[in-house]
Amino acid sequence: MRARWPWVLLLVALLALGPQFLKSYQVYLLSLAAVYALAALGLNLLTGYAGQISLGHAGFLAIGGYSAALLQVKLAWPLWASLPAAGLLTALLGLVLVIPALRLSEIYLAIATLGFGVAVEQLLPQWAWTGGHQGFSIPRPELFGLALNSDLAFYYLILAVGLALVWIAANAVRAPLGRAFVAIRDNELAAQALGISLARTKSYAFLLSAFYTGIAGALYANLVGYLNVSTFNLGLSILLLSMIAVGGLASIPGSLLGAAFLGLLPQVLSGFSAWVPQFIYGAALLLVVIFMPYGIWGFLLQTVGRGRGLMRSARRLFPGPRAESGSTGGDDHA
Amino acid sequence: MMEILPQLIVSGLAAGSLYALMALGMILIFKTTDVVNFAHGDMAMISSFVALTLMRGYHQPYWLAVLAAIAMGFVLGALADLILRPARNAPILTLLIATLGISLMLSALGGHFFGYQTVSFPYALVGKPFVIAGVILTRHNALALGVAAALGLGLFALLKYTSVGTAMRAMAQNRLAAQLMGVNVRRVSTLSWGLGAALGAVAGVLIAPVVFLDLNTMITVLIKAFAAAVLGGFTSLLGAVVGGLLLGVLENLVGGYLSTQLQTTFVFLLIIVMLAIRPRGLLGAPVAGRRA
Repeated sequence: MRARWPWVLLLVALLALGPQFLKSYQVYLLSLAAVYALAALGLNLLTGYAGQISLGHAGFLAIGGYSAALLQVKLAWPLWASLPAAGLLTALLGLVLVIPALRLSEIYLAIATLGFGVAVEQLLPQWAWTGGHQGFSIPRPELFGLALNSDLAFYYLILAVGLALVWIAANAVRAPLGRAFVAIRDNELAAQALGISLARTKSYAFLLSAFYTGIAGALYANLVGYLNVSTFNLGLSILLLSMIAVGGLASIPGSLLGAAFLGLLPQVLSGFSAWVPQFIYGAALLLVVIFMPYGIWGFLLQTVGRGRGLMRSARRLFPGPRAESGSTGGDDHA
Repeated sequence: MMEILPQLIVSGLAAGSLYALMALGMILIFKTTDVVNFAHGDMAMISSFVALTLMRGYHQPYWLAVLAAIAMGFVLGALADLILRPARNAPILTLLIATLGISLMLSALGGHFFGYQTVSFPYALVGKPFVIAGVILTRHNALALGVAAALGLGLFALLKYTSVGTAMRAMAQNRLAAQLMGVNVRRVSTLSWGLGAALGAVAGVLIAPVVFLDLNTMITVLIKAFAAAVLGGFTSLLGAVVGGLLLGVLENLVGGYLSTQLQTTFVFLLIIVMLAIRPRGLLGAPVAGRRA
């Protein structure tokens, strides 16, 4: 554990000082990637650790974004109050999904959460104060009298909030709660036999995940300065799921890496003509998951020979019928 | 209000039969290879565009264009199987994301070769609709129902009475055991993918006249087919048919009686309620304890 600290410090120093040398627009893109990373982290807590698949996380982003924006614009709440309030509100609404999650798993839960995302997308424009399908704009806020209207200033806010949340997540997954997540993912019956309450653990998983994603949504609203429901569609939910699959399931560095990779790739490719970026993006997605089935982080760990634990936990997650039949894999290459 | 009920049901069944066709393909692929194919919609999109290009650009007859679409679907499915082969033992979620990559690539290619605009697609049959007891059934809808029924039964017969079908069922139960019994699992897997995507292509050319054709319409259809398949149980072919028809009817009833603006929301709410009652879908395997 101790050997990890220098690396973490180096990374934090890089994230803190690096943007000083970047152009304003590049800082903005980095901030956007950081917001995605936070949302991906929230999804990974739920899907990677607790094994509850969600195809509706764009709905949580939308709820977080809209509640933060409405609290700021309509009720004139300051940022320090609206940001956590948006997270808490999203977390409470996240509890709605616990009801189907107690009965459903895997692909059936995927459809239920997909329905949640669709419902949020269709319901939000129904209320007049959300600006309907036109959307509405939000001014950059200030924090304790400090204007955050430069991209760099807002980047530091996102970085500070993000680092705090990453630190909390890193501790939470090693605390009894995080162990309970993994236990219900690996075997619900065995977990119950150990005295873990399914209802309570799943509720906490959804609460925590929705809280993280809600905060990400709130930061997104202030960063982009404009909200429109069509942003928060199924495509975004799938993008978040891709990020954690590409980065590494049940892994905090994996969530961040996946979000950085898929969040920044379109910008890198933006120089090509219309169809090429999408093709390369799809091909990259395909190649990464085929050749690194446990994500970029899993691959990195594997190459330094420490990947066995992560690989085992990834294999246990969403096991196919193959896992039941006890086949060891690679059978048709014999 | 009540007099439109039979009409809503019949139109719903026609739409639902096409969701069922799409769902059948997805489930065939899932059962034999454990892959949830998110590229199913884009495969149908490319196949439909191929048919359209043959008809509009090269003035080929409808039947030939549809045959070409089916062949295209088969080739795309088989190719996907070959591409995914190295990742066969990856977790299900990883494989799902991989098919998403294929979906994005196909969509990009579709945009490049067929353009980004929305185009109309010819109906297979035009002419006076059938009117039975005051219920209107267009010729196209009648054809859709007929084709879906024929292909559904055909698939059932294939699985039940042919050696390939038996091999597919064996693979669905246990891949290793099937291989030990002499099943060429690679070939059967490629064949399942090809057949599944070909079914999607048929659904595509029959849906395209109704929803019009562009890069994204088939994705909407795919989501509905996916929901239908899950509602039916996701491992049951009969479930796909029941789920597809039920979804088509539900959608029409909600649109006719409740709200068109919130149609999808209500439909998903109903699906969630039904899944809450039967957590493995209507015809899925019962939950016998918790699988590890």
